[in-house]
Amino acid sequence: MANSTLSESLNVQDRSGSSSTMNTSIYRRRRLVNAFNMGASTLTMAFGLFWLFWILFTLLQHGLSGINLQVFTQSTPPPGSQGGLANAIYGSLAMTISGTLIGTPIGILAGIYLAEFGQRGWLAPATRFINDILLSAPSIVIGLFVYEVYVVSVGHFSGWAGSLALALLVIPVVVRTTENMLRLVPNTLREAAAALGAPQWKITLYVTLRSAKAGVLTGILLAIARISGETAPLLFTALNNQFFNSNMNQPMANLPIVIFQFAMSPYEDWHTLAWTGALLITLSVLTLNILARWMGSQKTQSH
Amino acid sequence: MADNNVKLQVKNLNFFYGNFHALKNINLDIAPRMVTAFIGPSGCGKSTLLRTFNRMYELYPGLRSEGEILLDGNNILGRDVDINLLRAKVGMVFQKPTPFPMSIYDNITFGVKLYEKLAKTEMDDRVEWALRKAALWDEVKDKLKQSGNSLSGGQQQRLCIARAVASRPEVLLLDEPTSALDPISTAHIEELIHELKEDYTIAIVTHNMQQAARVSDFTAYMYLGELVEFGETDNIFTAPKQKATEDYITGKFG
Repeated sequence: MANSTLSESLNVQDRSGSSSTMNTSIYRRRRLVNAFNMGASTLTMAFGLFWLFWILFTLLQHGLSGINLQVFTQSTPPPGSQGGLANAIYGSLAMTISGTLIGTPIGILAGIYLAEFGQRGWLAPATRFINDILLSAPSIVIGLFVYEVYVVSVGHFSGWAGSLALALLVIPVVVRTTENMLRLVPNTLREAAAALGAPQWKITLYVTLRSAKAGVLTGILLAIARISGETAPLLFTALNNQFFNSNMNQPMANLPIVIFQFAMSPYEDWHTLAWTGALLITLSVLTLNILARWMGSQKTQSH
Repeated sequence: MADNNVKLQVKNLNFFYGNFHALKNINLDIAPRMVTAFIGPSGCGKSTLLRTFNRMYELYPGLRSEGEILLDGNNILGRDVDINLLRAKVGMVFQKPTPFPMSIYDNITFGVKLYEKLAKTEMDDRVEWALRKAALWDEVKDKLKQSGNSLSGGQQQRLCIARAVASRPEVLLLDEPTSALDPISTAHIEELIHELKEDYTIAIVTHNMQQAARVSDFTAYMYLGELVEFGETDNIFTAPKQKATEDYITGKFG
């Protein structure tokens, strides 16, 4: 028995061997097409990376020399005197953190609703559609909106207004990633929990959300990375402040706007600080992205 | 009072996926502490029937059932039935192992905690009892804190059986529980079904006719949403009354 099947399989191999010699031209053509496509995609990748590395190189070249302790301890100087970026760094951190803290819970809850509770009715499709619009809305529109709704009614620019604008940018990103990640959780897992008699909120909290944890956290990190470099929404909300200010009810300095203001100025020492600020933002965004990637890969490895 | 020899009684059951009539006028009695197997070609409605016993279909919109299913004489398809309480009574194990993303210990206690408040030692005892029932205790007793995902496929499936058993349901529904497993794990689980039968009423859907013949006391053959033949497994496999059943189990069809 075993012998006969073995010889049969050998026969099959012989036959396929001879047929492959017959079709060498087709095979060679396929190899050529493959080589061409591989080459083309490698080139396009190199093209993309080239600009990225050029940007990084320029930033390092101009910004690295400006990094010293002063940058982190002193506030933005008047032209011609010594100073740092402490007020802008603090403002950026404060507004990014509070914007994330406001936006993330709303985003996660809405994402859970869309993925777990919204199969029936019109509310979920409508919410999803509006969220997609919000996701692609230019950030300056968000800035103008908060200006009109909040800044005008309280009568002054403030850190809170900036946080609010950033939160509005965080929400759609978190909603989208949360929903997508929850949808990746196989339905059999929900059924298994339901089969034990678990109410839906427990299924969602302890089983589905837990399975999607890494993905949801990745989404939050990407949202933070996005808002930490935003200039437009802060222009009409937090404005700027040349002094150190930890009162969120006052106008607040922040890295993007300081970079914008200093880079446009005619002063050499302001230029250096602008480059340093740009380098700081880029490095933190890079770190967040790498962290998000790493967390994403942790999830795939566990399966 | 219901007949003592009937745990689940299906009466004129019809089921619809939207406009598709998936189950046609099913009538069937499932005996307590027995294994009832459902066989038939893919799409015949056997899984659908199984999933009406714990109303699993209600998770999805557009699915509905008509007729009655009596569990100990009470209609479980009634509007006023608490689905969560029903599912606590009627446990289920699925085709693919579905360990929750938590430790082995927490996997078992998840269902127990929903309806019982146990002290730590009682809970430990319950976990051990359930894992012993599922013939998994010796393999996992030293790694209860490890993730359920770290187990092999066969172990994961036994973990799922332990989880279903732990909350002490009355009926256990098995939806092709061994179709994703190798022969050794399958043998493990079949032995388990034999032992679980002492305490539970078991309904199993399987594509494997030898398995149905091995583990079940009663067999139902279904085709195109209809119950073609139902009877004692020995009779179905040795002397089927219907030509269609004979063709299917002898392999002439399907």
